Amino acid sequence: MKNTKKLWMGLGLLILLSPLGLILPDHFKAGSAWGEWGTDELQSRVGYVPQGLQKLGEFWKAPLPDYAFKGWEDKGLARLSTAYVFSGIVGAALVVLLAWLLGRALARKNE
Amino acid sequence: MHIPDGYLGPATSGVFYAVMIPLWMAASRIVKKTLNARQVPLLAIGAAFSFVIMMFNIPIPGGSTGHAVGGVLVAILLGPWAAMIAITVALVIQALLFGDGGITALGANCFNMAVVIPFVGVGTYRLIAGGAPLESKRRVIAAGLAGYIGLNAAAILAGVEFGLQPVLSQSAAGQALYCPYGFRIAVPAMAGEHLLIFGWVEALVTALVIKYMQKQAPELLGKEVRS
Repeated sequence: MKNTKKLWMGLGLLILLSPLGLILPDHFKAGSAWGEWGTDELQSRVGYVPQGLQKLGEFWKAPLPDYAFKGWEDKGLARLSTAYVFSGIVGAALVVLLAWLLGRALARKNE
Repeated sequence: MHIPDGYLGPATSGVFYAVMIPLWMAASRIVKKTLNARQVPLLAIGAAFSFVIMMFNIPIPGGSTGHAVGGVLVAILLGPWAAMIAITVALVIQALLFGDGGITALGANCFNMAVVIPFVGVGTYRLIAGGAPLESKRRVIAAGLAGYIGLNAAAILAGVEFGLQPVLSQSAAGQALYCPYGFRIAVPAMAGEHLLIFGWVEALVTALVIKYMQKQAPELLGKEVRS
């Protein structure tokens, strides 16, 4: 395909615009996605934290939790937006790399 | 729709991993035959597009958030099996790096978003598009509706997976061990917000990009027919 350059640019533009996905929910006072609450929020919603959920929930500590740096939860929208774009760049780069390698390994070599 | 660790019990998580392993194997076998070396960049772009579009959280004022997945779009452009691989890659990076979706729940999340969305989406797209010319308006509408139906199918299935948990396991005191909401709350909640809002976002994203592709790269739109 001759137009992949435009698609790459579109992807870059989307990453730069991605903080909208942070700013708009904040502006309209929207919280977590349904079923993606942390334990504090579960406690206030249902009055307890399910035991199994608590245990399994600690299964993995992500290096960039919620597309931000650890401990940045209260840093304000400007800094969180920076972290969001950074996460977008790192994440997209890794996704491209992994998908590319898988694609290269699988694709037919001819043509 | 990214189920976090802890919301699904070990039985549910295990079943979905067990279902996904043969599906991933089938996907690599089929993609080996159908994916052309020249399509590899498009596979990478499709995976990254899905990853990035999921960062655009759409608010329901005063309520929850949700997002498009871009999975139907990738499936229309590359076929559902390649889309399964592309979206799986996005979900793996989201879970490992950003804690978006659980590791134990990865099988379920992949089934919902990397299997149900592409296959229901492409099925709907083929059904509505029929033999319409690649540049036709009918294909744009078909793509939009396919996005809507694909995303909603996945959301409702996620609601069922959530709702199953209190039925499957409870503590001696009668408290839920995993997701505390049963079918009657989880399914309407997941279905409602996706039917009303997020499904239309997926529809719009899918239709707009297909419309753009009709102008820029119509040769890509015939792909799903062959795979």
